[in-house]
Amino acid sequence: MTVVFEKPPETPSLERVRPVIVAMGIAVLLLVAILLAASLTGMSGLASDFQMRLQPPSWQHPFGTDMFGRDVLARTIKGLALSFRVGFLAAGISVVIATCLAIAAASGSRIADGIVSFFIDMTMGLPHLVLLILISFALGGGAAAVVIAVAVTHWPRLTRILRAEILQVRNADYVAVSRNFGRSRWFIARHHILPHLVPQMIVGFVLLFPHAILHEAGLTFLGFGLEPGKPAIGILLSESMRYLMAGKWWLGLFPGLLLLVAVLCFDVIGNGLRALTDPRGGRS
Amino acid sequence: MGSWKAFVLIRLVRLALVLAGVAVVAFLLAKLSPVDPIDAYLGPDIARVGPEQRALIAQKWGMDQPAGVQFAKWFSSILTGDLGWSVTYNASVADVISERFRSSIVLMGLAWLFSGIIGFSLGIWAGANPGRWSDRIIRLYAYVLAATPTFWIAILLLIVFSVGLRWTPVCCAAPIGVLPEDVTLLQRLHHLLLPLAALSILGIAQIALHTRVKMIEIMQSDFVLYARAQGGTTLDIVLRHGVRNAALPAITVLFASLGELFGGSILAETVFSYPGLGSATIEAGLRGDVPLLLAITLMTTLFVSIGNTIADVLYHVADPRISSASETWREVSQ
Repeated sequence: MTVVFEKPPETPSLERVRPVIVAMGIAVLLLVAILLAASLTGMSGLASDFQMRLQPPSWQHPFGTDMFGRDVLARTIKGLALSFRVGFLAAGISVVIATCLAIAAASGSRIADGIVSFFIDMTMGLPHLVLLILISFALGGGAAAVVIAVAVTHWPRLTRILRAEILQVRNADYVAVSRNFGRSRWFIARHHILPHLVPQMIVGFVLLFPHAILHEAGLTFLGFGLEPGKPAIGILLSESMRYLMAGKWWLGLFPGLLLLVAVLCFDVIGNGLRALTDPRGGRS
Repeated sequence: MGSWKAFVLIRLVRLALVLAGVAVVAFLLAKLSPVDPIDAYLGPDIARVGPEQRALIAQKWGMDQPAGVQFAKWFSSILTGDLGWSVTYNASVADVISERFRSSIVLMGLAWLFSGIIGFSLGIWAGANPGRWSDRIIRLYAYVLAATPTFWIAILLLIVFSVGLRWTPVCCAAPIGVLPEDVTLLQRLHHLLLPLAALSILGIAQIALHTRVKMIEIMQSDFVLYARAQGGTTLDIVLRHGVRNAALPAITVLFASLGELFGGSILAETVFSYPGLGSATIEAGLRGDVPLLLAITLMTTLFVSIGNTIADVLYHVADPRISSASETWREVSQ
């Protein structure tokens, strides 16, 4: 008889969790800033002030001012709020699409599985940005088009993971027992399978969110996303291109930097959550 | 060996199906667009064209027929090699694409090569010394860079090197006002430098992260322990066991990331006004140049899907137990 000693699973020590806590702190700060900005900088920050055109960063305007004398910090935070809204919606819709398709693929029908896998191949076979441009072109641009375009391009990987998860859970012993007790397919799906998917869905959402934001900014930067009048990060950066040659570096630096911080935060949080939910300990 | 051929054959059939599927979807999307192709074609001349002439144009282009017929015509002409006429560049789509592709392939190919070589080396280095300072720095670099928007990196490079230090040109693939045949190789490289850097920086981060994880796995394996017991030095083990085992996964990831490479090149080419396929995509989309947009869509799909197929085959080679690309969480976040 052999005795197998299993290595105890690595507990999330403080060392490993620290970046996640820091990221959460920054994320909360950003969210508070966005909520406050809605009420505080409402008018004063975005009002044009031609006396203060293109001022470099100072104590009064930490991020400097733009070509109409508007505060870049206020506009960036406004832009981030817009990005968060688009990213939140797009990631949410993406998770819903992924869940539906994963359930269809794992339902047992080979045809459904084949169709879903064909859709996945198709979506992955196109460069995301080209598909985003095509969808935005088809829908005529605007916020709704961006949300739909980003949602439609981001589901494949989560779908694969959820499908694998469902297939694994479906063959588990307790599901077989439940089936032998005469439970209906619907009951098993609701009480045994869906609860298993929830952690993956949450992790998927948190990981998709920053990428949705990134793609929104890229699409808007290229001129296919949100309308030019809106203070989106992509618009701020594409406007800044015209003033870079004149040495107005702050217009290009700060909006992107804040976007990077936001994306990085949610990436770290998502990866931390994944490590917590992954029974195999995840990868550091 | 028979199953091996069947595997490749199935992949090729899938590739053809994907291309056909993308053709249908892209055509439908273009049809759905509120941009009227005749308006887009006429441009400012729109005021001088009456309804009769519009009807004539529509008839000549076959726009008065149902969408199904239009699709059949378009698809069959694509199959015979006729990609259509690009209004934006006033040239045949095939010419535009081949010309643009030539300048893009230099950019993308070099970026691909650099991100492969540098990313792989960094990943090996970090994975061989997990937890050390060098590993931490490489990991930090890779994490931060993987979350950075490509176009923002491009803008930063522009601010620092073109505007601040004035080392590199601001735009385009050659000096302005110089005939294309007079441009020297050195000038071309000079103009290529920044777009190439912007594009490589991101690729490096990804390959480095992947290779690092793989390398840590390898360094903990039994055969490395055995090699150590035989008295092999760390350098020996890394070169003889690590590099060989980590190379295939890294190459696989490289092939699977062609889509992102092209997406990155669209953004980088836009920032630097580099006349490649990426900026042609943007022009086609903004001006409603449907034939060009559809042709680029199909071409990039072919390009990326072949990359995905090669990656899939390599996965199969690397680990015959895996039937297709392994799904790990790492890939969700890309």
